[in-house]
Amino acid sequence: MGKRKIKVLSAISLGIILSISCSKLLPQLPTDDSILDGPVDGLSPEQNRIFLRGDFAFNDEVFTSSNGLGPTFVATSCGSCHAGDGKGHPFTTLTRFGQSDTLGNQFLHLGGPQLQSRALPGYKPEVLPAGATFSRFTPPANTGLGLLEAVPDATLIALSDVNDADGDGISGRPNWITLPSYTIIKTGAIHNNGKYIGRFGKKALVYDLLQQTANAYNQDMGINSSYESISTYNNLQVDPEIPNQTILDVVFYLQTLKAPVQRDQQDREVLAGKQLFIQISCSKCHIPQLQTGPSPIAAISNKTIFPYTDLLLHDMGPALDDGYTEGTALTPEWRTPALWGLGLSKNSQGGQVFLMHDGRARSITEAINLHGGEANNSRKLFQQLTESDKNKLIKFLESL
Amino acid sequence: MMKICLSILFIFTSFIVQGQIDPELLRNFSIDTTERKLNMDAVYNRPFIQAGKLPVALGGYVEANYQYLNENGISKGHEFQMRRLTLFVSSTVSKRIKFLTELEFEEGTKEINIEFASVDFEFEPLLNFRGGIVMNPIGAFNQNHDGPKWDFVDRPLAATQMLPATWSNVGFGIFGKKSKHNWTYGYELYLTNGFNESIVSNSMNKTFLPASKSDPDRFGQSVNGMPLFTAKFALRNTKLGEVGISYMSGIYNQFEKDGLVLDKKRAVTAYAIDFNTTIAKTGTFINGEWAWIKIDVPDTYTEQFGRNQTGGFIDIVQPIIRKPLFGFTNSVLNAALRLEYVDWNKGKFVSTGENISDHIYSVVPSLSWRPSTQTVFRLNYRYNWQTDLLGNPPSRMAGFQFGFSTYL
Repeated sequence: MGKRKIKVLSAISLGIILSISCSKLLPQLPTDDSILDGPVDGLSPEQNRIFLRGDFAFNDEVFTSSNGLGPTFVATSCGSCHAGDGKGHPFTTLTRFGQSDTLGNQFLHLGGPQLQSRALPGYKPEVLPAGATFSRFTPPANTGLGLLEAVPDATLIALSDVNDADGDGISGRPNWITLPSYTIIKTGAIHNNGKYIGRFGKKALVYDLLQQTANAYNQDMGINSSYESISTYNNLQVDPEIPNQTILDVVFYLQTLKAPVQRDQQDREVLAGKQLFIQISCSKCHIPQLQTGPSPIAAISNKTIFPYTDLLLHDMGPALDDGYTEGTALTPEWRTPALWGLGLSKNSQGGQVFLMHDGRARSITEAINLHGGEANNSRKLFQQLTESDKNKLIKFLESL
Repeated sequence: MMKICLSILFIFTSFIVQGQIDPELLRNFSIDTTERKLNMDAVYNRPFIQAGKLPVALGGYVEANYQYLNENGISKGHEFQMRRLTLFVSSTVSKRIKFLTELEFEEGTKEINIEFASVDFEFEPLLNFRGGIVMNPIGAFNQNHDGPKWDFVDRPLAATQMLPATWSNVGFGIFGKKSKHNWTYGYELYLTNGFNESIVSNSMNKTFLPASKSDPDRFGQSVNGMPLFTAKFALRNTKLGEVGISYMSGIYNQFEKDGLVLDKKRAVTAYAIDFNTTIAKTGTFINGEWAWIKIDVPDTYTEQFGRNQTGGFIDIVQPIIRKPLFGFTNSVLNAALRLEYVDWNKGKFVSTGENISDHIYSVVPSLSWRPSTQTVFRLNYRYNWQTDLLGNPPSRMAGFQFGFSTYL
């Protein structure tokens, strides 16, 4: 073999070796605090397998006419509404309608409570019935939901202050809801005349992640299951279009998604912003720290979490009163949304933010300024802060 | 399908056995497949082997590779892939009647397709009839896709993930070609079966024309009885290169059944322009294609499925060493670069009035070594930036691919 051939062979071999070993040419794993998806620490290999099945069903399974989509629907997959497990975009913001008081939804026979605003080709989507009050709901982030589910009812009762006994103007209360028949009532659950505490959804109408999941398949995608078997298209009972196992895998996936990791925790301005957050009483509803109770999933059992919510209903004032409600909530009442992951919202909302229940706030500052009712005092205090202090508070919120 | 496979394998094996008895009987029509003819000539611009005076000739090519890809910091590890094995059989039925078929096995036997199986009748050079399974001449890659002709492991994204290459259907049409001085022009006009509703109802969650290829009935029936029309005109100058303009349009949905109306007729239309040239001074070969697709999607259906798509690629291949190597007298080492872009959903959100994303950019530098004109070894580095519908931070995928492709 000639010298030239050896050189060429060596150069090619070296090129291949260098190429393969050069990790800088390959994308790096994003830091844990820069993304919302991923499991909680401590899952067993068996649980990892279930998580992966749920991850596939949630993010990769697409519904079409051939596997049950619609005929009327809002989205074609779970992931369409929750990119990267984060908050949704106006593209998939859904419309709920038909209930204006605590007496129940008067438009169930006309397609309530949710508008299936899209339809398969050849079908017509639903239209909002005349006279129906409505509200638009932006899909929330999924992260940490299992941890929120594991917070004991007793904690929520302890945080509630229905009659504002402490006189601080804040009177959080649970939404007492009637459970669907398939619900497995949690150990330690507290009931009130046969009703239980709802903790998910904008109006806290949902008891647990099984109800949330089965309901979303049904209402958002038109996928019937043995849990939710009434078709949104014709209000008739139909065969399941998805196995129970898939629903349960998705529930497990949602239960074991990690909590968002706060960034810049030791930054001086972030720390100062957190103090301001507490000083102006934002933290009275957006409770910084909660403790989960016992859970069948060890990885989320008895954990200290930092969700910035009390999972209770609060009167948010007339500006946020759409005239629509669910369960026993009043129309101006909204469940306190968790603030963890707020700073990463733009990564799932197309580089922008669409905040509050319907995405009307295009910045954190605007969202704060929309707070009224029980949050009126905190909003005023925020508005009285210096620009520097406002920036610190915003920086803190963006770190979550 | 199994019968066809077995028959072709039997014929192929028969010739190999004959060859073992007397190799002199085999005539090898080795041609320079890197020679630049019109893209429409590609189906016959291949090396064939023929036994004795039999009117049947055989050919084929194989592609295999190794790859190590990483998406957002997570890799599937080392992968070895047998991308495809393609067998050709051509036959000269008479002086002006020819038959050619192309059978492709992708990823082992995961996909077995008859990509081409047509009879050509030549009335005169400008008027030929072609019938059978024909390749719809949309763009250039769909016509001219043999692995050994390309310096990259992957096929172009715009050709395979937006346009449905390789896209062939049952139908017939006419084609012709004429040369004068340095100029050659050709045309093709076909009516074939077409797309189906899976292009806007598929597991890709996007308007995806290649989804139609998974319909097992498409070579036996049309979903709606409406033909897909495909037309192409190409012009080549021996010094300047070739430009092709192509058009494809048809109804994709089942708008009625048993006389009952199910929907309005919904059309899919594609336009493409392709070009290739070799810069004489440097030997640089440039090959590109760009396509636009318009799909009639109901306003009441989700915006997840795009109404307009666009995308294309450009390959630049620069020979850097033309010297005999390892006894291969025609050895050429090339440096190459592919730039690609596909936008699967060109439009604006109704809710915000802002642009819908759902696009990908890709850069693929390559080193390719051609020991002969019919064989290529390729070392590629690929970097993709893919943005979802909403325009969130892109998913990044990069990695290395090494493989070969050779005519048989």
